[in-house]
Amino acid sequence: MRAVEKLAMRDACAQVLVDCFDEVPGLVVLDADVSKSTRSAEFARAHPERFLNVGIAEQNMVSIAAGLAAAGMVPVVNTFSMLLSMRALDQIRQSVAYPKLNVKLMGHYGGYSAGPEGPTHHAVEDLGIIRSIPHTTLLVPCDATEARGAIRAALAFDGPVYVRLCRNPVPPVLAEPRPFEIGRGYEVRSGGDLTIVATGVMVARGLEAAEILASRGLDARVVAMSSLKPIDGAILEKAARETGAIVTAEEHNVYGGLGSAVAEVLVETVPVPMVRVGIKDCFAESGDYFELMDRYGLSVGDVVVAAERVLERKMRG
Amino acid sequence: MSYSEELIASLDAQAKLNRRAVMEMIAAAKTGHPGGGLSAVEILTVLYFHCMRVDPERPQWEDRDRFVLSKGHGAAALYAALGARGFFPKEAFHRFRQTGGILQGHPDMRKIPGVDMTTGSLGQGLSAAVGMALAARFQARDFRVYALLGDGEIQEGQIWEAAMAAAHFRVENLTAILDYNRVQLDGNVADIMGVEPVAKKWCAFGWEVVDCPDGHSVRQVLEAIEVARQVRGRPAIVIASTVKGKGVSFMEHQSSWHGVSDAARLPEAVEEVSRL
Repeated sequence: MRAVEKLAMRDACAQVLVDCFDEVPGLVVLDADVSKSTRSAEFARAHPERFLNVGIAEQNMVSIAAGLAAAGMVPVVNTFSMLLSMRALDQIRQSVAYPKLNVKLMGHYGGYSAGPEGPTHHAVEDLGIIRSIPHTTLLVPCDATEARGAIRAALAFDGPVYVRLCRNPVPPVLAEPRPFEIGRGYEVRSGGDLTIVATGVMVARGLEAAEILASRGLDARVVAMSSLKPIDGAILEKAARETGAIVTAEEHNVYGGLGSAVAEVLVETVPVPMVRVGIKDCFAESGDYFELMDRYGLSVGDVVVAAERVLERKMRG
Repeated sequence: MSYSEELIASLDAQAKLNRRAVMEMIAAAKTGHPGGGLSAVEILTVLYFHCMRVDPERPQWEDRDRFVLSKGHGAAALYAALGARGFFPKEAFHRFRQTGGILQGHPDMRKIPGVDMTTGSLGQGLSAAVGMALAARFQARDFRVYALLGDGEIQEGQIWEAAMAAAHFRVENLTAILDYNRVQLDGNVADIMGVEPVAKKWCAFGWEVVDCPDGHSVRQVLEAIEVARQVRGRPAIVIASTVKGKGVSFMEHQSSWHGVSDAARLPEAVEEVSRL
Protein backbone atom coordinates (compact mmCIF):
# COMPACT_ATOMS: atom_id res chain seq x y z
CA MET A 1 0.00 0.00 0.00
CA ARG A 2 1.04 3.60 -0.62
CA ALA A 3 2.65 5.41 2.26
CA VAL A 4 0.22 7.29 4.45
CA GLU A 5 0.76 11.03 4.84
CA LYS A 6 1.23 12.55 8.24
CA LEU A 7 -1.47 15.14 8.07
CA ALA A 8 -5.14 14.22 8.23
CA MET A 9 -7.84 16.21 6.42
CA ARG A 10 -9.28 17.41 9.72
CA ASP A 11 -5.92 18.93 10.66
CA ALA A 12 -5.67 20.53 7.24
CA CYS A 13 -9.18 21.89 7.72
CA ALA A 14 -8.32 23.55 11.04
CA GLN A 15 -5.10 25.00 9.60
CA VAL A 16 -6.76 26.46 6.55
CA LEU A 17 -9.49 28.07 8.67
CA VAL A 18 -6.85 29.69 10.87
CA ASP A 19 -4.91 30.77 7.77
CA CYS A 20 -8.01 32.25 6.12
CA PHE A 21 -9.08 34.28 9.13
CA ASP A 22 -7.78 37.60 7.80
CA GLU A 23 -8.95 36.96 4.24
CA VAL A 24 -12.55 36.15 5.21
CA PRO A 25 -13.76 39.00 7.42
CA GLY A 26 -17.05 37.34 8.36
CA LEU A 27 -15.53 33.98 9.25
CA VAL A 28 -17.07 32.27 12.28
CA VAL A 29 -16.50 28.61 13.13
CA LEU A 30 -19.07 26.42 14.85
CA ASP A 31 -18.88 22.99 16.39
CA ALA A 32 -21.25 20.76 18.35
CA ASP A 33 -19.06 19.32 21.12
CA VAL A 34 -16.69 17.41 18.85
CA SER A 35 -14.14 20.18 18.36
CA LYS A 36 -11.29 18.03 19.64
CA SER A 37 -12.18 15.38 17.07
CA THR A 38 -12.84 17.74 14.15
CA ARG A 39 -9.85 19.85 15.23
CA SER A 40 -11.94 23.00 15.13
CA ALA A 41 -10.55 23.43 18.66
CA GLU A 42 -7.37 24.60 16.91
CA PHE A 43 -9.32 27.45 15.40
CA ALA A 44 -10.95 28.13 18.78
CA ARG A 45 -7.49 28.47 20.33
CA ALA A 46 -6.39 30.94 17.66
CA HIS A 47 -9.61 32.97 17.50
CA PRO A 48 -11.81 32.24 20.52
CA GLU A 49 -13.96 35.30 19.82
CA ARG A 50 -15.04 33.83 16.49
CA PHE A 51 -15.79 30.30 17.66
CA LEU A 52 -19.14 28.98 18.85
CA ASN A 53 -19.48 25.61 20.54
CA VAL A 54 -23.23 24.99 20.63
CA GLY A 55 -23.07 21.77 22.62
CA ILE A 56 -24.61 18.55 21.40
CA ALA A 57 -27.23 20.17 19.17
CA GLU A 58 -26.41 19.74 15.49
CA GLN A 59 -29.78 20.97 14.24
CA ASN A 60 -29.49 24.14 16.25
CA MET A 61 -25.92 24.59 15.00
CA VAL A 62 -26.92 24.47 11.34
CA SER A 63 -29.86 26.85 11.81
CA ILE A 64 -27.74 29.27 13.88
CA ALA A 65 -25.24 29.18 11.02
CA ALA A 66 -28.07 30.01 8.61
CA GLY A 67 -28.99 33.04 10.72
CA LEU A 68 -25.36 34.15 10.88
CA ALA A 69 -25.09 33.87 7.10
CA ALA A 70 -28.39 35.70 6.58
CA ALA A 71 -26.83 38.59 8.49
CA GLY A 72 -23.64 38.57 6.41
CA MET A 73 -21.28 36.27 8.31
CA VAL A 74 -19.45 33.29 6.78
CA PRO A 75 -20.14 30.40 9.15
CA VAL A 76 -18.20 27.14 8.92
CA VAL A 77 -20.00 24.31 10.65
CA ASN A 78 -18.12 21.25 11.90
CA THR A 79 -19.36 17.89 13.05
CA PHE A 80 -19.37 14.24 12.02
CA SER A 81 -20.73 13.70 8.54
CA MET A 82 -23.39 11.25 9.68
CA LEU A 83 -24.79 13.84 12.11
CA LEU A 84 -24.49 16.73 9.71
CA SER A 85 -26.06 15.05 6.70
CA MET A 86 -28.72 13.13 8.56
CA ARG A 87 -29.45 14.56 12.03
CA ALA A 88 -29.39 18.10 10.64
CA LEU A 89 -30.65 17.27 7.15
CA ASP A 90 -33.89 19.20 7.36
CA GLN A 91 -32.00 22.24 8.64
CA ILE A 92 -29.56 21.99 5.73
CA ARG A 93 -32.41 21.72 3.26
CA GLN A 94 -34.80 24.34 4.66
CA SER A 95 -32.56 26.90 6.33
CA VAL A 96 -29.41 26.70 4.21
CA ALA A 97 -29.93 25.23 0.75
CA TYR A 98 -33.36 26.61 -0.13
CA PRO A 99 -32.42 30.22 0.74
CA LYS A 100 -28.92 29.65 -0.75
CA LEU A 101 -27.22 30.89 2.38
CA ASN A 102 -23.46 31.13 2.55
CA VAL A 103 -22.88 28.32 5.03
CA LYS A 104 -19.91 25.95 4.78
CA LEU A 105 -20.65 22.46 6.06
CA MET A 106 -17.65 20.36 7.10
CA GLY A 107 -18.68 16.72 7.21
CA HIS A 108 -15.90 15.10 9.24
CA TYR A 109 -15.31 11.38 9.73
CA GLY A 110 -16.74 10.65 6.28
CA GLY A 111 -17.25 7.10 5.03
CA TYR A 112 -15.83 4.44 7.35
CA SER A 113 -13.25 6.73 8.91
CA ALA A 114 -14.97 6.64 12.31
CA GLY A 115 -13.90 2.95 12.08
CA PRO A 116 -14.15 1.37 15.54
CA GLU A 117 -17.06 3.62 16.57
CA GLY A 118 -19.15 1.32 14.40
CA PRO A 119 -21.99 1.75 11.90
CA THR A 120 -23.78 4.34 14.06
CA HIS A 121 -20.89 6.69 13.31
CA HIS A 122 -20.07 5.67 9.74
CA ALA A 123 -21.35 7.97 6.98
CA VAL A 124 -22.02 5.98 3.83
CA GLU A 125 -25.15 7.82 2.69
CA ASP A 126 -24.04 11.45 3.09
CA LEU A 127 -23.01 12.07 -0.53
CA GLY A 128 -26.24 10.80 -2.03
CA ILE A 129 -28.31 12.74 0.49
CA ILE A 130 -26.55 16.07 0.06
CA ARG A 131 -26.25 15.71 -3.71
CA SER A 132 -30.01 15.34 -4.09
CA ILE A 133 -30.78 18.71 -2.50
CA PRO A 134 -31.04 21.67 -4.92
CA HIS A 135 -28.52 24.53 -4.52
CA THR A 136 -25.86 22.34 -2.90
CA THR A 137 -22.22 22.08 -3.89
CA LEU A 138 -20.53 18.89 -2.74
CA LEU A 139 -16.76 18.48 -2.52
CA VAL A 140 -14.91 15.29 -1.58
CA PRO A 141 -11.16 15.94 -1.44
CA CYS A 142 -8.82 12.99 -1.94
CA ASP A 143 -6.07 13.94 0.50
CA ALA A 144 -5.09 16.59 3.04
CA THR A 145 -3.41 18.79 0.46
CA GLU A 146 -6.53 18.84 -1.64
CA ALA A 147 -8.70 19.35 1.44
CA ARG A 148 -6.98 22.69 1.96
CA GLY A 149 -7.75 23.70 -1.60
CA ALA A 150 -11.33 22.48 -1.37
CA ILE A 151 -12.01 24.45 1.80
CA ARG A 152 -10.43 27.58 0.34
CA ALA A 153 -12.58 27.16 -2.77
CA ALA A 154 -15.64 26.67 -0.57
CA LEU A 155 -14.88 29.90 1.30
CA ALA A 156 -14.40 31.79 -1.95
CA PHE A 157 -17.74 30.52 -3.27
CA ASP A 158 -20.94 32.34 -2.33
CA GLY A 159 -23.47 29.68 -1.33
CA PRO A 160 -23.89 26.44 0.56
CA VAL A 161 -20.98 24.00 0.23
CA TYR A 162 -20.65 20.61 1.88
CA VAL A 163 -17.11 19.26 2.20
CA ARG A 164 -16.76 15.61 3.11
CA LEU A 165 -13.56 14.95 5.03
CA CYS A 166 -11.80 11.82 6.21
CA ARG A 167 -10.75 11.40 9.82
CA ASN A 168 -7.52 9.52 9.22
CA PRO A 169 -4.27 10.38 7.52
CA VAL A 170 -4.54 8.82 4.06
CA PRO A 171 -2.11 8.11 1.23
CA PRO A 172 -1.30 11.37 -0.57
CA VAL A 173 -2.38 11.72 -4.18
CA LEU A 174 -1.08 15.18 -4.94
CA ALA A 175 2.64 15.83 -4.66
CA GLU A 176 2.00 19.54 -5.15
CA PRO A 177 -1.10 21.55 -4.30
CA ARG A 178 -3.20 22.29 -7.38
CA PRO A 179 -5.82 25.03 -7.54
CA PHE A 180 -9.15 23.47 -6.58
CA GLU A 181 -11.83 24.09 -9.18
CA ILE A 182 -15.44 23.54 -8.23
CA GLY A 183 -17.11 21.60 -11.04
CA ARG A 184 -13.88 20.20 -12.48
CA GLY A 185 -12.42 16.71 -12.26
CA TYR A 186 -8.86 16.00 -13.33
CA GLU A 187 -6.72 13.18 -14.60
CA VAL A 188 -4.23 11.82 -12.09
CA ARG A 189 -3.04 9.11 -14.48
CA SER A 190 -3.40 8.84 -18.20
CA GLY A 191 -4.49 5.66 -19.92
CA GLY A 192 -6.54 4.40 -22.85
CA ASP A 193 -8.06 1.00 -21.98
CA LEU A 194 -10.51 2.09 -19.31
CA THR A 195 -11.08 4.92 -16.85
CA ILE A 196 -11.29 4.63 -13.10
CA VAL A 197 -13.29 7.58 -11.80
CA ALA A 198 -12.75 7.92 -8.07
CA THR A 199 -13.53 10.29 -5.26
CA GLY A 200 -12.06 10.89 -1.81
CA VAL A 201 -9.76 8.25 -0.42
CA MET A 202 -10.61 5.92 -3.30
CA VAL A 203 -8.51 8.05 -5.66
CA ALA A 204 -5.33 6.68 -4.04
CA ARG A 205 -6.73 3.17 -4.21
CA GLY A 206 -7.67 3.71 -7.85
CA LEU A 207 -4.08 4.67 -8.59
CA GLU A 208 -2.80 1.54 -6.87
CA ALA A 209 -5.25 -0.55 -8.86
CA ALA A 210 -4.03 1.14 -12.06
CA GLU A 211 -0.47 0.09 -11.22
CA ILE A 212 -1.54 -3.52 -10.78
CA LEU A 213 -3.51 -3.38 -14.02
CA ALA A 214 -0.44 -1.93 -15.77
CA SER A 215 1.59 -4.92 -14.65
CA ARG A 216 -1.01 -7.03 -16.49
CA GLY A 217 -0.67 -4.92 -19.61
CA LEU A 218 -3.86 -2.91 -19.05
CA ASP A 219 -3.67 0.82 -19.33
CA ALA A 220 -6.07 2.52 -16.91
CA ARG A 221 -6.77 6.23 -16.80
CA VAL A 222 -7.58 7.58 -13.34
CA VAL A 223 -9.81 10.61 -12.92
CA ALA A 224 -10.24 12.30 -9.54
CA MET A 225 -13.79 13.61 -9.17
CA SER A 226 -13.31 15.73 -6.09
CA SER A 227 -16.16 18.03 -7.09
CA LEU A 228 -19.06 15.60 -6.89
CA LYS A 229 -21.62 18.35 -7.46
CA PRO A 230 -21.46 20.06 -9.81
CA ILE A 231 -19.89 17.09 -11.54
CA ASP A 232 -17.54 17.48 -14.50
CA GLY A 233 -19.58 16.00 -17.35
CA ALA A 234 -17.02 16.90 -20.01
CA ILE A 235 -14.17 14.90 -18.50
CA LEU A 236 -16.51 11.91 -18.10
CA GLU A 237 -17.73 12.05 -21.68
CA LYS A 238 -14.15 12.37 -22.91
CA ALA A 239 -13.09 9.39 -20.81
CA ALA A 240 -16.03 7.30 -22.02
CA ARG A 241 -15.36 8.21 -25.63
CA GLU A 242 -11.60 7.62 -25.47
CA THR A 243 -11.43 4.57 -23.21
CA GLY A 244 -14.86 2.97 -23.71
CA ALA A 245 -15.17 1.58 -20.19
CA ILE A 246 -15.72 3.16 -16.78
CA VAL A 247 -15.17 1.99 -13.22
CA THR A 248 -16.34 4.26 -10.40
CA ALA A 249 -14.86 3.95 -6.92
CA GLU A 250 -16.24 5.62 -3.83
CA GLU A 251 -16.37 5.18 -0.07
CA HIS A 252 -20.15 5.31 -0.04
CA ASN A 253 -23.16 3.15 -0.61
CA VAL A 254 -23.48 2.20 -4.30
CA TYR A 255 -26.79 4.09 -4.30
CA GLY A 256 -26.78 7.83 -4.78
CA GLY A 257 -23.08 8.71 -4.73
CA LEU A 258 -20.36 8.95 -7.36
CA GLY A 259 -21.40 5.84 -9.29
CA SER A 260 -24.93 7.15 -9.61
CA ALA A 261 -23.73 10.62 -10.57
CA VAL A 262 -21.40 9.29 -13.27
CA ALA A 263 -24.07 6.95 -14.63
CA GLU A 264 -26.53 9.85 -14.78
CA VAL A 265 -24.14 11.77 -17.01
CA LEU A 266 -23.01 8.92 -19.25
CA VAL A 267 -26.33 7.22 -19.80
CA GLU A 268 -27.54 10.39 -21.50
CA THR A 269 -24.33 11.15 -23.41
CA VAL A 270 -21.80 8.39 -24.04
CA PRO A 271 -23.18 5.15 -22.62
CA VAL A 272 -20.36 2.63 -22.22
CA PRO A 273 -19.91 -0.44 -20.01
CA MET A 274 -19.60 0.63 -16.39
CA VAL A 275 -19.02 -1.06 -13.04
CA ARG A 276 -19.43 0.64 -9.66
CA VAL A 277 -17.13 -0.04 -6.73
CA GLY A 278 -18.80 0.98 -3.50
CA ILE A 279 -20.48 -0.31 -0.38
CA LYS A 280 -23.06 -2.89 -1.26
CA ASP A 281 -26.06 -1.42 0.53
CA CYS A 282 -25.11 -2.67 3.98
CA PHE A 283 -24.10 -1.43 7.40
CA ALA A 284 -20.56 -2.46 8.30
CA GLU A 285 -19.19 -3.14 11.79
CA SER A 286 -16.62 -1.77 14.21
CA GLY A 287 -13.03 -2.05 13.14
CA ASP A 288 -9.85 -0.45 11.89
CA TYR A 289 -10.57 2.05 9.13
CA PHE A 290 -8.51 0.56 6.31
CA GLU A 291 -9.49 -2.95 7.33
CA LEU A 292 -13.15 -1.99 7.03
CA MET A 293 -12.56 -0.58 3.57
CA ASP A 294 -10.93 -3.83 2.49
CA ARG A 295 -13.65 -5.93 4.07
CA TYR A 296 -16.61 -4.05 2.62
CA GLY A 297 -15.75 -3.97 -1.04
CA LEU A 298 -13.40 -0.99 -1.25
CA SER A 299 -10.02 -2.73 -1.51
CA VAL A 300 -7.52 -2.14 -4.28
CA GLY A 301 -8.31 -5.69 -5.37
CA ASP A 302 -11.99 -4.83 -5.67
CA VAL A 303 -11.12 -2.02 -8.06
CA VAL A 304 -8.87 -4.36 -10.09
CA VAL A 305 -11.65 -6.99 -10.33
CA ALA A 306 -14.14 -4.30 -11.37
CA ALA A 307 -11.72 -3.13 -14.05
CA GLU A 308 -11.35 -6.64 -15.43
CA ARG A 309 -15.12 -7.13 -15.46
CA VAL A 310 -15.77 -3.90 -17.28
CA LEU A 311 -13.02 -4.66 -19.82
CA GLU A 312 -14.62 -8.03 -20.52
CA ARG A 313 -17.90 -6.29 -21.30
CA LYS A 314 -16.11 -3.74 -23.44
CA MET A 315 -14.41 -6.54 -25.46
CA ARG A 316 -17.73 -8.34 -25.95
CA GLY A 317 -18.99 -5.06 -27.40
CA MET B 1 -44.33 53.66 29.47
CA SER B 2 -47.13 55.63 28.06
CA TYR B 3 -48.28 55.56 24.49
CA SER B 4 -50.38 58.30 22.97
CA GLU B 5 -53.97 57.66 22.07
CA GLU B 6 -53.10 58.69 18.53
CA LEU B 7 -50.49 55.94 18.26
CA ILE B 8 -52.84 53.33 19.68
CA ALA B 9 -55.64 54.42 17.37
CA SER B 10 -53.42 54.38 14.31
CA LEU B 11 -52.03 50.93 15.12
CA ASP B 12 -55.53 49.62 15.76
CA ALA B 13 -56.65 51.01 12.41
CA GLN B 14 -53.63 49.48 10.67
CA ALA B 15 -54.26 46.12 12.36
CA LYS B 16 -57.81 46.16 10.98
CA LEU B 17 -56.52 46.77 7.48
CA ASN B 18 -53.92 44.03 7.88
CA ARG B 19 -56.48 41.56 9.21
CA ARG B 20 -58.64 42.26 6.19
CA ALA B 21 -55.64 41.79 3.87
CA VAL B 22 -54.91 38.42 5.49
CA MET B 23 -58.42 37.19 4.83
CA GLU B 24 -58.54 38.62 1.32
CA MET B 25 -55.27 36.92 0.41
CA ILE B 26 -56.44 33.56 1.71
CA ALA B 27 -59.87 33.94 0.12
CA ALA B 28 -58.32 34.78 -3.25
CA ALA B 29 -55.99 31.79 -3.07
CA LYS B 30 -58.62 29.53 -1.47
CA THR B 31 -55.70 28.09 0.47
CA GLY B 32 -53.55 29.16 3.41
CA HIS B 33 -53.57 29.30 7.20
CA PRO B 34 -56.22 31.71 8.46
CA GLY B 35 -56.19 30.63 12.12
CA GLY B 36 -52.55 31.31 12.94
CA GLY B 37 -52.37 34.31 10.62
CA LEU B 38 -55.28 36.10 12.26
CA SER B 39 -53.92 35.45 15.76
CA ALA B 40 -50.66 37.24 14.90
CA VAL B 41 -52.03 40.38 13.20
CA GLU B 42 -51.65 42.84 16.10
CA ILE B 43 -48.19 41.53 17.00
CA LEU B 44 -46.94 41.96 13.42
CA THR B 45 -48.60 45.33 13.05
CA VAL B 46 -46.98 46.65 16.22
CA LEU B 47 -43.58 45.30 15.15
CA TYR B 48 -43.58 46.67 11.60
CA PHE B 49 -45.46 49.91 12.26
CA HIS B 50 -43.78 50.93 15.47
CA CYS B 51 -41.03 48.82 17.07
CA MET B 52 -38.77 47.72 14.26
CA ARG B 53 -36.08 49.86 12.68
CA VAL B 54 -36.70 49.05 9.02
CA ASP B 55 -36.67 50.94 5.74
CA PRO B 56 -38.89 49.57 2.96
CA GLU B 57 -36.66 51.36 0.44
CA ARG B 58 -33.66 49.38 1.68
CA PRO B 59 -34.84 45.86 2.57
CA GLN B 60 -31.20 44.68 2.77
CA TRP B 61 -30.04 47.59 4.98
CA GLU B 62 -27.38 45.99 7.20
CA ASP B 63 -28.38 47.86 10.36
CA ARG B 64 -32.08 47.03 10.13
CA ASP B 65 -33.86 45.10 12.83
CA ARG B 66 -34.67 41.56 11.74
CA PHE B 67 -37.83 39.53 12.03
CA VAL B 68 -38.08 35.75 11.75
CA LEU B 69 -41.50 34.18 11.38
CA SER B 70 -40.52 30.92 13.01
CA LYS B 71 -44.16 29.81 12.70
CA GLY B 72 -43.83 30.17 8.93
CA HIS B 73 -47.43 29.19 8.20
CA GLY B 74 -48.52 32.56 9.60
CA ALA B 75 -47.14 33.99 6.35
CA ALA B 76 -50.26 35.90 5.29
CA ALA B 77 -50.04 38.08 8.42
CA LEU B 78 -46.39 38.86 7.67
CA TYR B 79 -47.13 39.65 4.03
CA ALA B 80 -50.03 41.90 5.04
CA ALA B 81 -47.70 43.90 7.29
CA LEU B 82 -44.85 44.04 4.77
CA GLY B 83 -47.12 45.02 1.89
CA ALA B 84 -48.84 47.72 3.94
CA ARG B 85 -45.45 49.01 5.07
CA GLY B 86 -44.41 49.35 1.43
CA PHE B 87 -41.85 46.58 0.98
CA PHE B 88 -43.60 45.43 -2.19
CA PRO B 89 -46.68 46.49 -4.19
CA LYS B 90 -49.94 45.21 -2.75
CA GLU B 91 -50.76 43.71 -6.15
CA ALA B 92 -48.56 40.82 -5.00
CA PHE B 93 -51.37 39.85 -2.61
CA HIS B 94 -53.40 38.65 -5.58
CA ARG B 95 -50.91 35.89 -6.40
CA PHE B 96 -50.45 34.68 -2.80
CA ARG B 97 -49.64 30.93 -2.89
CA GLN B 98 -49.98 30.85 -6.67
CA THR B 99 -47.54 30.23 -9.49
CA GLY B 100 -45.74 33.28 -10.76
CA GLY B 101 -46.39 35.23 -7.54
CA ILE B 102 -43.68 36.21 -5.07
CA LEU B 103 -45.70 35.37 -1.96
CA GLN B 104 -44.86 31.74 -1.31
CA GLY B 105 -46.92 29.54 0.99
CA HIS B 106 -44.22 30.06 3.61
CA PRO B 107 -41.83 33.03 3.84
CA ASP B 108 -39.02 33.07 1.28
CA MET B 109 -36.23 35.59 1.90
CA ARG B 110 -35.01 35.36 -1.70
CA LYS B 111 -38.32 36.14 -3.35
CA ILE B 112 -40.02 38.57 -0.98
CA PRO B 113 -38.54 41.98 -0.12
CA GLY B 114 -38.60 42.47 3.63
CA VAL B 115 -38.52 38.79 4.58
CA ASP B 116 -35.33 38.32 6.60
CA MET B 117 -35.36 34.53 6.90
CA THR B 118 -36.83 31.63 4.99
CA THR B 119 -38.98 29.50 7.28
CA GLY B 120 -41.61 26.82 7.05
CA SER B 121 -40.25 23.71 8.70
CA LEU B 122 -41.24 24.44 12.30
CA GLY B 123 -38.65 24.80 15.02
CA GLN B 124 -35.80 26.27 13.00
CA GLY B 125 -36.55 29.98 13.03
CA LEU B 126 -35.59 30.67 16.63
CA SER B 127 -32.13 29.18 16.01
CA ALA B 128 -31.72 31.37 12.93
CA ALA B 129 -32.76 34.38 15.02
CA VAL B 130 -30.08 33.47 17.57
CA GLY B 131 -27.56 33.35 14.71
CA MET B 132 -28.63 36.80 13.50
CA ALA B 133 -28.43 38.22 17.00
CA LEU B 134 -24.91 36.81 17.37
CA ALA B 135 -23.97 38.30 13.99
CA ALA B 136 -24.84 41.75 15.39
CA ARG B 137 -22.39 41.08 18.21
CA PHE B 138 -19.62 39.95 15.83
CA GLN B 139 -20.21 42.97 13.59
CA ALA B 140 -20.60 45.45 16.45
CA ARG B 141 -24.00 46.52 15.11
CA ASP B 142 -26.92 47.46 17.31
CA PHE B 143 -29.82 45.83 15.47
CA ARG B 144 -32.42 43.77 17.28
CA VAL B 145 -33.91 40.45 16.21
CA TYR B 146 -37.53 39.43 16.73
CA ALA B 147 -38.85 35.90 16.30
CA LEU B 148 -42.49 34.88 16.37
CA LEU B 149 -43.14 31.34 17.61
CA GLY B 150 -46.27 29.24 17.52
CA ASP B 151 -47.42 27.45 20.64
CA GLY B 152 -47.67 24.18 18.75
CA GLU B 153 -44.27 24.92 17.27
CA ILE B 154 -42.56 24.87 20.65
CA GLN B 155 -43.26 21.13 20.75
CA GLU B 156 -40.31 20.88 18.35
CA GLY B 157 -37.15 19.91 20.24
CA GLN B 158 -34.94 22.35 18.35
CA ILE B 159 -36.80 25.29 19.93
CA TRP B 160 -35.35 24.26 23.27
CA GLU B 161 -31.86 23.81 21.82
CA ALA B 162 -32.14 27.39 20.61
CA ALA B 163 -33.58 28.54 23.94
CA MET B 164 -30.62 27.01 25.77
CA ALA B 165 -28.11 28.53 23.33
CA ALA B 166 -29.59 32.04 23.47
CA ALA B 167 -29.34 32.10 27.25
CA HIS B 168 -25.89 30.47 27.25
CA PHE B 169 -24.52 33.04 24.81
CA ARG B 170 -26.25 35.83 26.79
CA VAL B 171 -27.99 37.07 23.69
CA GLU B 172 -29.74 40.28 24.75
CA ASN B 173 -30.71 41.73 21.37
CA LEU B 174 -33.28 39.01 20.77
CA THR B 175 -36.99 39.13 21.56
CA ALA B 176 -39.07 36.04 20.99
CA ILE B 177 -42.84 36.37 20.95
CA LEU B 178 -45.05 33.38 21.56
CA ASP B 179 -48.35 33.52 19.68
CA TYR B 180 -50.18 31.58 22.36
CA ASN B 181 -53.49 30.84 20.67
CA ARG B 182 -53.79 27.41 22.31
CA VAL B 183 -54.83 25.61 19.14
CA GLN B 184 -52.78 23.59 16.65
CA LEU B 185 -53.60 21.71 13.46
CA ASP B 186 -54.97 18.60 15.09
CA GLY B 187 -56.77 20.19 18.05
CA ASN B 188 -56.16 22.03 21.29
CA VAL B 189 -52.51 22.26 22.28
CA ALA B 190 -53.36 21.03 25.77
CA ASP B 191 -54.89 17.87 24.29
CA ILE B 192 -52.34 17.16 21.57
CA MET B 193 -49.14 17.80 23.55
CA GLY B 194 -49.44 20.21 26.42
CA VAL B 195 -46.83 22.95 26.74
CA GLU B 196 -47.71 24.23 30.22
CA PRO B 197 -46.29 25.56 32.42
CA VAL B 198 -44.94 27.49 29.47
CA ALA B 199 -43.71 30.59 31.31
CA LYS B 200 -41.84 28.47 33.83
CA LYS B 201 -40.19 26.50 31.03
CA TRP B 202 -38.74 29.63 29.39
CA CYS B 203 -37.79 30.98 32.78
CA ALA B 204 -35.97 27.74 33.60
CA PHE B 205 -34.12 28.01 30.30
CA GLY B 206 -32.74 31.38 31.40
CA TRP B 207 -35.09 33.75 29.59
CA GLU B 208 -36.83 36.80 30.91
CA VAL B 209 -40.54 36.14 30.49
CA VAL B 210 -42.90 39.04 29.80
CA ASP B 211 -46.59 38.33 30.03
CA CYS B 212 -49.00 39.86 27.56
CA PRO B 213 -52.49 38.76 28.62
CA ASP B 214 -54.13 40.10 25.46
CA GLY B 215 -52.09 39.76 22.30
CA HIS B 216 -54.77 41.61 20.38
CA SER B 217 -54.44 44.78 22.46
CA VAL B 218 -51.88 46.87 20.62
CA ARG B 219 -51.19 48.78 23.83
CA GLN B 220 -50.36 45.57 25.69
CA VAL B 221 -48.23 44.29 22.84
CA LEU B 222 -46.36 47.60 22.65
CA GLU B 223 -45.71 47.60 26.37
CA ALA B 224 -44.59 43.98 26.52
CA ILE B 225 -42.18 44.38 23.61
CA GLU B 226 -40.74 47.50 25.24
CA VAL B 227 -40.24 45.69 28.56
CA ALA B 228 -38.49 42.88 26.68
CA ARG B 229 -36.26 45.40 24.92
CA GLN B 230 -34.98 46.71 28.24
CA VAL B 231 -33.75 43.31 29.40
CA ARG B 232 -29.97 43.03 29.61
CA GLY B 233 -27.68 40.00 29.72
CA ARG B 234 -30.23 37.49 28.49
CA PRO B 235 -32.94 36.97 25.91
CA ALA B 236 -36.57 37.78 26.54
CA ILE B 237 -39.82 36.20 25.43
CA VAL B 238 -43.21 37.85 25.31
CA ILE B 239 -45.94 35.31 25.93
CA ALA B 240 -48.90 36.79 24.12
CA SER B 241 -52.27 35.17 24.72
CA THR B 242 -54.14 35.30 21.45
CA VAL B 243 -57.18 33.85 19.75
CA LYS B 244 -56.73 31.50 16.83
CA GLY B 245 -58.79 32.83 13.92
CA LYS B 246 -59.30 36.18 15.69
CA GLY B 247 -61.91 38.36 14.03
CA VAL B 248 -63.87 35.70 12.18
CA SER B 249 -66.60 34.34 14.44
CA PHE B 250 -66.72 30.86 12.98
CA MET B 251 -62.92 30.50 12.93
CA GLU B 252 -62.12 31.61 16.47
CA HIS B 253 -60.59 28.86 18.62
CA GLN B 254 -61.25 26.29 15.89
CA SER B 255 -58.50 23.88 14.90
CA SER B 256 -60.53 23.15 11.77
CA TRP B 257 -59.53 26.61 10.54
CA HIS B 258 -55.79 26.08 11.04
CA GLY B 259 -55.94 25.60 7.29
CA VAL B 260 -58.80 26.31 4.93
CA SER B 261 -61.42 23.68 5.83
CA ASP B 262 -64.26 25.08 3.74
CA ALA B 263 -63.35 27.42 0.91
CA ALA B 264 -67.02 28.26 0.34
CA ARG B 265 -67.10 30.18 3.63
CA LEU B 266 -64.09 32.40 2.85
CA PRO B 267 -66.11 35.26 1.31
CA GLU B 268 -68.16 35.33 4.53
CA ALA B 269 -64.93 35.62 6.52
CA VAL B 270 -63.73 38.51 4.35
CA GLU B 271 -67.08 40.17 4.88
CA GLU B 272 -66.78 39.80 8.66
CA VAL B 273 -63.29 41.25 8.97
CA SER B 274 -64.26 44.09 6.63
CA ARG B 275 -66.96 45.16 9.06
CA LEU B 276 -64.58 45.30 12.06
